[in-house]
Amino acid sequence: MSPLQACLVFSAALFSLGLIAVLVRSNAILVLLGVELMLNAANLNFIAFWRYGPTPAEGHGVVFVVFALAVAAAEAAVGLALVIALHRHQRNVHLGDARRLHG
Amino acid sequence: MIALAAIALCTLAAAAVALALRDLIHSALLLIASWVGIAAFYLWAGAEFVAFAQVLIYVGAISMVVLFAVLLTRPPTAPVSPARSGRAVPGFLAGGAVLGLLAGAVLSSPLPAGTDATPAFGVRELGLKLLVPHAGALLATGALLTVALLGAVVLAAGRGKEDAP
Amino acid sequence: MNPPAADPLSAGLLERLPLLARDALTSGLPEPWRWVSNSLLAILAIIVVFSSLFALLTLAERKVLARVQNRPGPNRAGLPLTRFRLGGLGQPLADGIKMLTKEDIVPRGADPVLHFLAPVVLLALSLLTFAVLPYGRLLVPVELEAGVLYFFAAGAATELALFMAGWASRNKYSLLAAMRALAQLISYELPLLLAVVPVVLLAGSLSTSGIVAAQAGWDLGFLPRWFVLTPWGFASFLIFLTAALAESNRSPFDLPEAESELIAGHLTEYSGFKYALFFMAEYLGMTALAGLGVTLFLGGWREPLPFLEFVPSYAWFGLKLLALLFVFIWIRATFPRLRIDQLTRLAWKFLVPLALLNLGTAALWALTAGWGPALQPLRWLGATALVAGPFVLLGRGLTAGLRPRTYRFA
Repeated sequence: MSPLQACLVFSAALFSLGLIAVLVRSNAILVLLGVELMLNAANLNFIAFWRYGPTPAEGHGVVFVVFALAVAAAEAAVGLALVIALHRHQRNVHLGDARRLHG
Repeated sequence: MIALAAIALCTLAAAAVALALRDLIHSALLLIASWVGIAAFYLWAGAEFVAFAQVLIYVGAISMVVLFAVLLTRPPTAPVSPARSGRAVPGFLAGGAVLGLLAGAVLSSPLPAGTDATPAFGVRELGLKLLVPHAGALLATGALLTVALLGAVVLAAGRGKEDAP
Repeated sequence: MNPPAADPLSAGLLERLPLLARDALTSGLPEPWRWVSNSLLAILAIIVVFSSLFALLTLAERKVLARVQNRPGPNRAGLPLTRFRLGGLGQPLADGIKMLTKEDIVPRGADPVLHFLAPVVLLALSLLTFAVLPYGRLLVPVELEAGVLYFFAAGAATELALFMAGWASRNKYSLLAAMRALAQLISYELPLLLAVVPVVLLAGSLSTSGIVAAQAGWDLGFLPRWFVLTPWGFASFLIFLTAALAESNRSPFDLPEAESELIAGHLTEYSGFKYALFFMAEYLGMTALAGLGVTLFLGGWREPLPFLEFVPSYAWFGLKLLALLFVFIWIRATFPRLRIDQLTRLAWKFLVPLALLNLGTAALWALTAGWGPALQPLRWLGATALVAGPFVLLGRGLTAGLRPRTYRFA
């Protein structure tokens, strides 16, 4: 296994963990954290390909990760505000109970 | 490689335990540990700026928001949410399938071996890249962050009394 | 410590003394071990120097507070087993022994792992921040390209430790204090970072030694080109100082441990050595922030007047650091504690807008760097007006309708 493959497998495992959290847990905060984990796994891939790619001096991967970090911060802020709004409406944060719009 | 294996193991273990725990605070703290692990990976790969930015943003900012959300939405007499629901088995199956698919694809495809030398891409080069070719994207990110901040405040503040159920 | 960029041989003997002492200790070792032991020695030096500074600082704080409040302060403990009292110089030693021998109590309902981890994490993180400060011309423990960012990354995680302490104690006061601490630290992280950005902009470097290098030279032959001596730098320095006080939980921003409201805040359920660790971490954090302030605004290890160059640079750094710490203690003795709403209002409505405007002023300063000597007074006047005008207007606007409170006694 070359270093690049090791990095990619690491990121794939992290992504799957995030996916399992999103699918299995019913707490909205944990689901959101699972999404964050998947996002981080994607960032990890960018850095890995930058490090072992053909043109590291161009720094595309790093630039992309910087933007992704900013977007992740925005996503976390809005997502957790949504969780708090959800809690105000139904007094808990179980996603299974959020079915008011269910026809 | 040994350093990479150690970082990967710690990160994955922290994340896995975090997602299995019932205590939300413990979960959040362990996830923060796994974010630090990812920052360590960036440092290992030679992306110094991104590593510190990761710690600053995730450990310094997002973790605070997460902990606040956990405390604000805590049920008064902590009946912790059931960790396992009917979706557990399909969820684990789907996650395992994705992992198998991705790992198989990675291991079977011809990837460039790359060099062992750490790329010479320091803070100055990153700054020049961000401010000259990507200036428009940087401005858009600033606007996005501002709008997200305002949106989050409006969402979390609600409209007062009439908003209550 | 790593070999610095400057030529070590051109510096004086006093300047090179710490490096010579280190080389004398490690020169016999083979190459990889030499590097390891050099790094270990640097770590050891930082821990020893700043731990003893912490010990002396606790005494100095009590003495200065006592002087301000017209009382003698601690004056009994002196040299052990003798009759020499030295004005209470033995107090830190006595305090340390007391802390070590006290019982370590963990509440029954507490979360034992987090309760134990919180002080350890806090102390480790506050020690980490010391790694990037340039203590002297030749004394930079770790030379990082993104040194300032590293400092804040290591400092940002201290909030987490405070939260862990408050949460793990399973005590209402502790938890309330932890929430307050989070709100306060997040609010003041913003002006702190925004006050640093102009410095990074003007110095053109994120590395701490690069920022010190950018403050070299003299105006008119004797005025040092420190950033604090420019209009935007002065404003930045004041914002930085205020935010640093709040970040290190110092009075008048010591709300998370306001005795009258929250017993001792997140420290309520801590006793013995864990309490001492918290105490130490708090003082180390304050020292590190003061060190960063010295580096960013007060010229780092540079001498204040050209003919004073013969004094070794680390002595200047130490003197400036002590002066800034004295200011911190002085402020604690002078100002009353703020209310929580006043605290967040000060950050979001006053400091953040001022810091943003100041960033604009700094950008203008950088753009007008090429102006000739005839236009220099205009540049200074313009920048001063840009800094002072919003300060006065915003201050007036926020305090409109408020007057000194009058008390009526029945």
